[in-house]
This record gives sequence, structure tokens and C-alpha cells, in this order.
Amino acid sequence: MGNILAFCEFTDGVLRSSALSNIAFAREAATHHGGEVIIILVGAGAAAAGAAASKFAPKVITVEDPGLANYLAETYAPIVAREAKANNATVVTATATAVGKDLLPRVAALLDAGMASDIAKTTGKDTFIRPILAGNAYSTVQISTPIICVTPRQSEFEPAAELGSAGTVTASAAGAIDALGASFERLDAQKSDRPDLGDAKVVVSGGRGMKTGENFKVLEELADLLGAAMGASRAATDAGMVPADWQVGQTGKIVAPNLYFAVAISGAIQHLAGMKGSKTIVAINKNKDEPIFQVADYGLVADWEKAIPELITEIKKLKASR
Amino acid sequence: MKILVPVKRVPDPTQKAKIKDGHIDLAGASWIVNTFDEYAVETALRLCENGAENARIAGSEIIVVSLGPDDAAKEIRTCLAMGADRAIHVVTTDEEIDSLVVVKVLQGIIASEKPDLVVMGKQAVDGDANQVGQMLAGRLGWPQATFAASIEVAVDKKSLFVGREVDGGVEYKSVPVPSVITVDLRIVGPKAVKNNVTPETHVYSGEGARLPSLKGIMAAKKKPMVTAKVADYGAEPKAMIKELSVTLPPPRAAGEIVPDVVTLVKKLADVAKVL
Ligand SMILES: Cc1cc2nc3c(=O)[nH]c(=O)nc-3n(C[C@H](O)[C@H](O)[C@H](O)COP(=O)(O)OP(=O)(O)OC[C@H]3O[C@@H](n4cnc5c(N)ncnc54)[C@H](O)[C@@H]3O)c2cc1C
Repeated sequence: MGNILAFCEFTDGVLRSSALSNIAFAREAATHHGGEVIIILVGAGAAAAGAAASKFAPKVITVEDPGLANYLAETYAPIVAREAKANNATVVTATATAVGKDLLPRVAALLDAGMASDIAKTTGKDTFIRPILAGNAYSTVQISTPIICVTPRQSEFEPAAELGSAGTVTASAAGAIDALGASFERLDAQKSDRPDLGDAKVVVSGGRGMKTGENFKVLEELADLLGAAMGASRAATDAGMVPADWQVGQTGKIVAPNLYFAVAISGAIQHLAGMKGSKTIVAINKNKDEPIFQVADYGLVADWEKAIPELITEIKKLKASR
Repeated sequence: MKILVPVKRVPDPTQKAKIKDGHIDLAGASWIVNTFDEYAVETALRLCENGAENARIAGSEIIVVSLGPDDAAKEIRTCLAMGADRAIHVVTTDEEIDSLVVVKVLQGIIASEKPDLVVMGKQAVDGDANQVGQMLAGRLGWPQATFAASIEVAVDKKSLFVGREVDGGVEYKSVPVPSVITVDLRIVGPKAVKNNVTPETHVYSGEGARLPSLKGIMAAKKKPMVTAKVADYGAEPKAMIKELSVTLPPPRAAGEIVPDVVTLVKKLADVAKVL
């Protein structure tokens, strides 16, 4: 019997929606391992977020210290590894976000744990299904180390719901903190009022065919009309048309919204890897032979310059008629 | 600076995946250097060059390491042809290794080579695991800067200022040497790597990593490549992570081409019910 230690990210006193997918996986793992889910919150504001987190698990551990104000793998990993051992965890999990992907392999190294990254499913105590080859195949892996580290993919696990009763919250001292000489300098944040790409119900993505950043404005208008997040292909982000963290794909964000618009995107396998899981895919492209049309539920062969303003007008009409 | 660059060969991602006996059929696959590792070699070269054609900062060295079967020597030579100085080929098979074994072998090599920096790709585009760099840093007790999109070497060469692609923006992190850097796609942008020696005005030609020149290919044939075994580094050639089976996802049901925007909106509202 072993417990599941779930490292969860939070902001402003509440768990991030990405963390709820992690808890969903952790609950599944707990049924296989016979133990309970223990949430661990580390960093500035951890103590304040404890109460909100306790609605999701029987036990919450918070570790807060001025030395942990900014996330650093160097300082966070030893704490997570230590708490995993102290709490008899046989599985340690974190959502496959930028932080989760940076942190968990380092935790695995400290625990001599085998790791399954970016999993889509779990089928037993030590078996996991994960996409490989840019999502063109699914591999079932078995990990036979005493402790296993896992990063579930947010888009594959429905957010966990609150439990009937709140769990306990325990503060744990940080102990000696050693950043090994590394330091957080600053975050150049992309401010946006739009939903996070990771949990948006609708995503509007543009590609190289948009030609300039200025041209993305019309896509943003469409996105705002739909309450959508903005995305992009690598060609558009590399060209500096839009911020790098808009990139959808194998090596960018993996999204699975209800509705995905791919505008002036050809549909390279690396892009498809990030959005194939979307429920409904719309492709708007001037070239009818592009691979994006092979995954699209609805394809429109057209220039975006003409199609997008029309689309905005038609959607406004539809909304007005309701 | 002495830089160690671990590289892996991967099946060409443009080939269609086929299954044989429950695993990816690699017979007849053509192989390439994992794109991110190629970018890591390019990064190491930019860190070590001084801006003059083929010239290097004195005392710099780039060592490529790869674990793989005999014929992975070909992809290792490609890295030497790009400009790396020498290579270590740990001859092994996929069955013998997983990320934990790879990390232990790299740790052994680092103990004897004592590089100032490890620069590697953030993930291999076949397994897409994104683990080895972080694990290696953890085991070594070295700092890490993952998903690097820019690197600037400090004037005293004792630390690096790294721009990391994270959710919601770019994080800047400073790490001392020695440390482990894993590179993201944009590290090969024209101004992404600054070593404080190459003039700011220097222009890197083309997009992405450099292609080996004919001269580079000839030179690579004479560059030293030593072979070794997993056990040479005190690691047990036994994978704790095993692939049980691989399946191909069902293809998406065929969609339809709509004639105009009005039809599109109608379908989205009435059929797909997503508007
Ligand atoms: C290791 C690696 C990782 C990668 N990871 C990613 C990733 O995560 N995400 C990603 O997206 N890519 C990734 N790529 C890049 C990928 O291979 C493609 O190069 C990229 O997706 C192409 O972007 P695009 O479709 O915007 O550009 P293009 O392929 O150039 O397509 C532009 C499209 O615009 C259309 N178009 C042009 N003008 C108009 C118009 N006026 N109206 C309508 N349509 C128009 C064209 O018909 C064309 O289909 C990766 C590549 C590598 C090697």
C-alpha cells in the first residue's frame, strides 16, 4: 500500500485548473495503490491555498518559506522528494505543465524513480499509456521501480471535483534551502484576459499564412467573440508574429478544446500532435490539398482575409438571433 | 568552455509509423539526429565560436555522447561533421536502456570528462519524454535550465543567463557552471546565443542548425570516436521502464468541405453544437 503525492500549482489562494487534472489522475492511482491522495503545495502563498486544496484530498501538506518565493527546480525538488519518502508515497505526480515537466524528472532522479511523462491514461498500478512520435502512436509502459513519477497530460484528465468533506492541512518546514547557485531573475509575462490555452473551450490558431502579427488582430476579434484562447503554429511564433507561448503542437501546448480553428495553418504532424484531440476542428486554408483538411471536421477553402471577417459577422448574427 | 552534448538518433518523423508484433516497426527506418539534439550541437558551437569562420575560442571543446546500436555511429558522425570535436559512442540496445540507465551512464562520463556545461535537447521526438536533462542535473546535484530559448554567457564566464519558455511567457534564470541546459526550438534563432566573444553584429546563416559542410564531413572521418559499454560506467544494463505494446490511434472520421462561411456557421451551431 502506498500513497500518492500530488504536487499542485496554485495562484491567488486556489488550485490552478491544470492541478485538478493532476488530482483526477492521483485519485485513479490511489485506487490502484490502496493509499490516499496527498496534495503538496510549495512556495509563496502555499499556506493560504491549503484550505482551498483541502476540499480535494484527505491530506494537504504546505511548505512555505521566503527562500521558496520563486519556483526553482533546484529548491523544490528536494522538498517534494523528502515529503514523498516521509509520507510513504509510491507515486509522485504533477501535471505536465512547464513547471511539472521541469520539476518532476528531477524529483524522480532524487528518488531513483522511473518516470512516465505526459501520460494519457493509466491502466493499472504501474502501467501507463502515453503518446509517442508526436501523438502518432500510443505506448503502454510498465515501470518497476519502487516509487514512480508521473506527469499526466491536462487535456486527457477531466478536472477533479471537490470531495464531500475537507481534509487536513499540515505545514511542513522547508528545511535547508540550497539553490545550488541558480536564481530566478524575472518572468516576462504575456498579459492576457483570455482564458489559458490549456483549459479554453475554444481555441483560435493562426499560422504562417497570416503573414504579420498585425493581421492576427482579426483572429483575436474572433477569439474574443467566442471567449476563446489564442494559439499559433510554430511558423507564426518563430517569425515573431505572436508570443512563443501561443505555440500549439508536439513541442508547444497540447490542447483539446470543444472547438479548434486552424487558420492559414498547413497541418504539419508536429502541429497536429497538439490539437488532434479537439472535439471539433475547423480548418480555413486557401489550399485545398493541405494535410490540415484531413483532420478537420469542417474545412473551408478560402483566403482568411475574406473568410474571417465574414465569420465574425455571421457569428454575431447568430448570437443576436438567440 | 568544455561542453558535453548527449545526442540520440530517432526514426525520421516524416515516415509513417508502422506496427509489427506490437511495437513500432523500425526495420528499414531511416534515422536522423533528434532535432533538438541537433539544436544542442548548434548551441554548443555558437557558445564556443568567436565569430570568425571556423574559429574557436581558445580552450573550448565539444564532446558528443550517444547511447545506441553500432550503426548509430552514422548520426554521431553527423554531429562531428557539424563541428563537434570528438565523440563517445556507448554501444547498447533499446532493451538495455531507459532514461534512468542513460542518466547513470552520462553521469559516469561526466565524472571522467568534467565538462563545464552539458547542453542537450529538451526531448527526443520519438519518445517525447522530456526527462533526461532534468534527471541528470538532479543526480549530479547541478543546477538546470530547461527549455532554453536564449543563453547569454556572463563576462566572467562563470554563469549563464538563460531565457526559458514557460507557460505564460519567458522566464529568465541565472545558473552557474557547471550546469545542465536543455534547449527548445528557438535557441537557434539568429540572436539567441550570446557568448560575449562573438561580435553582436555576427549573423548566423539560415534557419535552424547548420548543415555539415563538405569540409566538415571530410574532417569528421578523422575525428576521434571512442566506443564503450553501459557497464563501463557502473550502470546496470537493465531497463526498469519497459514498453509493453504500442498501438496506433484510430484515424479521425473524415470531415467535410463546406462551400461558404454561412454553411460553416450553420453546421457549427446545428450539427456540432459548438457555437
Ligand atoms: C522538432 C520540431 C518540433 C516542432 N514543433 C512544432 C509545434 O509544436 N507546433 C507547430 O505548429 N509546429 C511545430 N514544428 C514545425 C512544423 O513542422 C511546421 O513547420 C509548422 O507547423 C508550419 O506552420 P504553418 O502551418 O503555420 O506554416 P506553413 O506550413 O508554411 O503553412 C502556411 C499555410 O497558410 C496557408 N495560407 C497562406 N496564405 C493564406 C491565406 N491568405 N488564407 C488562407 N490560408 C493561407 C497556406 O496554404 C499554408 O497551408 C516543429 C518542427 C520541428 C522540426
